[in-house]
Amino acid sequence: MRLKSLKKKLTGDNTFRVLTAIVAASAIVILVVAAYVLSTGAVPVVQRFGLYFFTGTSWNPVEGRELYGALPYVLGTLATSGIALLIGVPLSLGIAIFLVEMAPQKVRVPISYLVELLAAVPSVIYGLWGLLVFRLWLQKYIEIPVYNYLGWIPIFATEGGGTPVGLDLLNGGIILAIMIIPTVASVSKEVISAVPDSIREGAYSIGATKWEVVRYWVLSYGRSGIFGAVILGLGRAVGETIAVTMVIGNAIGPNAMPTSLFQPAQTMASLIANGFLEAPTPLDTSAYIGVGLTLLLVSLLINIIAHIMVARILKIKGGAVE
Amino acid sequence: MKIALAIVVIVIVIGSVAAYIYLSAPPALQPAILHGAGATFPAPFINATIAYYTANVQTNVQIDYPGGGSGAGIKAFTDKTVDFAGTDAPLTASQREAAPNALHIPETIGAITVAYNLPGVPTGLKLTGQIIADIYLGTITKWNDQAIQNLNPTTTLPDQTIVTVHRSDSSGTTNWFTKYLSSVSSTWKSQVGSGTSVQWPGGTGASGNPGVAATVRSTDFAVGYIELAYALQNSITVATIQNPAGNWVAPSLASTKAAAESLTGLPAGDQDWGSVSLLNTLGEQAYPIVTPTYILVYKELNVYSGMDQNKATQLVQFLWYLVHDGQNLASDLEYAPLPSNVVQVDEASLNSITFNGQTLRTH
Repeated sequence: MRLKSLKKKLTGDNTFRVLTAIVAASAIVILVVAAYVLSTGAVPVVQRFGLYFFTGTSWNPVEGRELYGALPYVLGTLATSGIALLIGVPLSLGIAIFLVEMAPQKVRVPISYLVELLAAVPSVIYGLWGLLVFRLWLQKYIEIPVYNYLGWIPIFATEGGGTPVGLDLLNGGIILAIMIIPTVASVSKEVISAVPDSIREGAYSIGATKWEVVRYWVLSYGRSGIFGAVILGLGRAVGETIAVTMVIGNAIGPNAMPTSLFQPAQTMASLIANGFLEAPTPLDTSAYIGVGLTLLLVSLLINIIAHIMVARILKIKGGAVE
Repeated sequence: MKIALAIVVIVIVIGSVAAYIYLSAPPALQPAILHGAGATFPAPFINATIAYYTANVQTNVQIDYPGGGSGAGIKAFTDKTVDFAGTDAPLTASQREAAPNALHIPETIGAITVAYNLPGVPTGLKLTGQIIADIYLGTITKWNDQAIQNLNPTTTLPDQTIVTVHRSDSSGTTNWFTKYLSSVSSTWKSQVGSGTSVQWPGGTGASGNPGVAATVRSTDFAVGYIELAYALQNSITVATIQNPAGNWVAPSLASTKAAAESLTGLPAGDQDWGSVSLLNTLGEQAYPIVTPTYILVYKELNVYSGMDQNKATQLVQFLWYLVHDGQNLASDLEYAPLPSNVVQVDEASLNSITFNGQTLRTH
């Protein structure tokens, strides 16, 4: 009797295992199918332009002059995401540290709730705000003063020496920073909360200040988790489309090379959003699909590099938390 | 018994009244549902006409026109998933092959304005096509450039860099605007060319007419190109442009209509409309950047599997209304009404539509 029920339990477990395995495998299937569809769609443009498609800067859909190179948009994606991380990660960590280590209970709950609420705001709302409101502040209080004093530095230059417009790489990066804050902050908050109190108590007992506890023990203990949070944020920044499209200025061709913070640029996602639906020719459609494939590859590459980096950090410092 | 008799009497009375009404009424069209899709530029006009037509003229029909863009419209038309399509660009040779016997029905006319944001400068700054091309090419970079100042001697122009704004999405407006620039500037033609999207030499891209308008209005010293209807509805300052007759013409419904009126030798509906252009027409008061927009419909409607005589008649009658009485609605919405020479071509096209070889009652 006992044996029989054990057997039955085992079969139940087996069924469960097979079911979960199928669900897990579907993730792989979706990725493979997406990669396959994008690859076949990109064949015409890659066949015609070869390596130029990945290294060229021209994007000319005019009939008889077709030439497609995706480099400016790859760089534009990396640049906006980089700016987003530079601004967003310190802010997110500050929020997480404040909420876990310093904020009284009364403040912690509403603020955590509000930060998570930020993630629920649809990206088109951020885009509208960036286009109609934030852009004017950015232009008036940051870009014009900086340009007037530091416009001679290439990264603050503008096209033809004009006044910065506010629809540019910087605005795109800042909007993305705001959008990744809820993700990075909430995950970091969970990671920091998971650091055992014994670690903190030990640190305090040897006379560490609050700053030292956070800096040398808490962040160090949770670094791989925090790194994971950053990668999640980066994932959102790389793929974000509509908000970026609305504020980045949508330059095209060689002009889209992200050489200055105050110049219009373009990301891979915004390029596709702008042009794909009304692509005039099959080759044009193929070019957008090719950019989609490149975007997928760049995202995968970022994730792989991130995994390697996490592994290295853990190896070098002898990580405590996985 | 009495009750049964009463019921019989009532049934007979009602039945004969109904039969009388049914037999004496003219052969009314049966209900039908028509689908359209395509260009977004004429969509407000088409939808307003649909709303009025289905509420007041022919209540027995349902029509939808969700927009979607010229490219999407042509594709749906070729795949025969819509009964009519809107497009800003006429069918190309290969598209005509894919959709044989397609009729082009011009249903309204648009114009493209050159809008600018110059604090202190009112509407009507004088610009030539050549100067507009040079601004977009980046060879004229300042508002107080000698070329602009010479045309506007009494205007105080700022010593500021011009910020050019263009459409970032693929659009029929861009197609006609770049065609115009190509027609007036050989440098533009050789360096950039024309199309629904081009490789802009510089400037800021914004999505849709509203996006360009919003960017121009909120950016000092900006210039952008916007559809006439949109510019008029939003009272944006726009440039006055010199036409081939040498006159300075402001964009308006009248100057747009004047461009279409001066057009002669229009092709028949089923011919190639690829060479029809309303750019730089020769009318004295014609605005130079004027664009036709078309409805596409098949000449023989039995190409649809779900088509019948009734639905075909409904379709033709709606299109007839669109190019006739519907034109009164066009002016209210700041669309230029069709001039009589274009309406005549449309009438001939609509009268030529058949179902199984039979002509249809158009009105």
